[in-house]
Amino acid sequence: MAATPIPLEVRNIKKRFGETEVLKGLSLKAHKGDVITLIGASGSGKSTFLRCMNLLEQPDEGDLLLHGEEIRFKQTRYGREPADWKQVVRMRAKLSMVFQSFNLWAHMTLLENIIEAPVHVLGQPKKEAIEHARALLERVGLTARADAYPAQMSGGQQQRGAIARALAMNPEVMLFDEPTSALDPELVGDVLKVMRDLADEGRTMVVVTHEMGFARDVSSQVIYLHQGLVEEAGHPKEVLNNPQSPRLKQFLAPKY
Amino acid sequence: MLDLQGYGPRLLEGAGVTIQLALLSLALALVLGLVTASAKMSRNRLVHATATVYTTLIRGVPDLVLMMLLFFGGQMGVNVISDMLYDNFGIDYYISFNAFAAGVLTIGFIFGAYMGETFRGAFMAVDNGQIEAGRAYGMNNWLLFRRIRFPQMMRHALPGLSNNWMVLLKTTALVSVIGLTDMVRVAAEASRATHEPFVFLLPVAAAYLVIASVSEWIFARLQKRYNIGFGGH
Repeated sequence: MAATPIPLEVRNIKKRFGETEVLKGLSLKAHKGDVITLIGASGSGKSTFLRCMNLLEQPDEGDLLLHGEEIRFKQTRYGREPADWKQVVRMRAKLSMVFQSFNLWAHMTLLENIIEAPVHVLGQPKKEAIEHARALLERVGLTARADAYPAQMSGGQQQRGAIARALAMNPEVMLFDEPTSALDPELVGDVLKVMRDLADEGRTMVVVTHEMGFARDVSSQVIYLHQGLVEEAGHPKEVLNNPQSPRLKQFLAPKY
Repeated sequence: MLDLQGYGPRLLEGAGVTIQLALLSLALALVLGLVTASAKMSRNRLVHATATVYTTLIRGVPDLVLMMLLFFGGQMGVNVISDMLYDNFGIDYYISFNAFAAGVLTIGFIFGAYMGETFRGAFMAVDNGQIEAGRAYGMNNWLLFRRIRFPQMMRHALPGLSNNWMVLLKTTALVSVIGLTDMVRVAAEASRATHEPFVFLLPVAAAYLVIASVSEWIFARLQKRYNIGFGGH
């Protein structure tokens, strides 16, 4: 059987901030339809790891492959950097990121936010992009807010809007960086529901989260990070229901 | 009734010079300001140092001195070049250094430094998450500048730009020392000739005030436009 290329693969990622090594050699393979959740205490490196995947952070070591295409790096006097930024731009357009603080562009309406990258980065005709955006808005339950500015929307609405913006790129892999951490508790459910639907339809997702329920029910693989290393990884039923390492046991233990 | 004693047309011409000078200098200052701001945010040390020398020099030397330096120095430079052309190649080509161009260049250079500081502060005030989102969605630096950084920066820059523009407008009055006939110079000549300074200087003051008021109105419109989405105001 011919090997189908893996949508996203990272190998042996290392990252230092000054003297502190925050990632000490992390790898991950996201096959099509995988939902990989990264869990761990704050400071474990999970967000930094995710941000290395679309090069918002530059890893000091390690490889990054999209559909088997390897990102090329070079050493500069500022450190290790991509050799070809055009390659990075092309690669980022296939990886949509959903941020903890939403980061919808404040000077654009929700609809404008959603069509921005499809029109200006992918070169889609505007009319087509608007049609697609309207369908996505309906899907995340925000049809009525198309012309609202982010500042006029609740956090939950903004995050669902940001997910619509991510979907508009027809991404190969979606990266979620603690998408519900900045939300009021009563708004978390709506966002998680949208994410569950995405998982159900076979989207490839890498999710940094504190939502253990989501990790348990939805993910195909859970990776527990501790101080920049994988402490435990595997199917959520094993990792979350039967943790082996004392640290993970403690991490999962009820806090109150 | 105000009797301008035949100086009316010349005053109007002078006002035209003032406005052209101010607008062209503004255009140059805005371009230089954006370049300077980018240079100051560059991690390349040489680029950064050049911009710092430029702003320090400009802001530390009086406008009048800079203007005379550039005008007389510029003329000397042009003379040296035309002498060299004549001596070496027998080309007899004499250019006089244009006072209007010297005025635009000087004022543009001076205010480019101030605009640079205004723009730099404004660029740094843009929330980093907005820029990261742009990068994460595949924008290259130019697209990011055009679609995200510039429109979001302007909201922070406009109060400073407006202030700089008002000062720039009034700085144009200095060009009379290098022989440019702006409205202040016409009014000064007319005052001396007729011994009636108020007849000529008051209209000139009023003209500045009108330009300033129109500018205020335009800036208020711009501010409103760039505040869209940020609530309030």
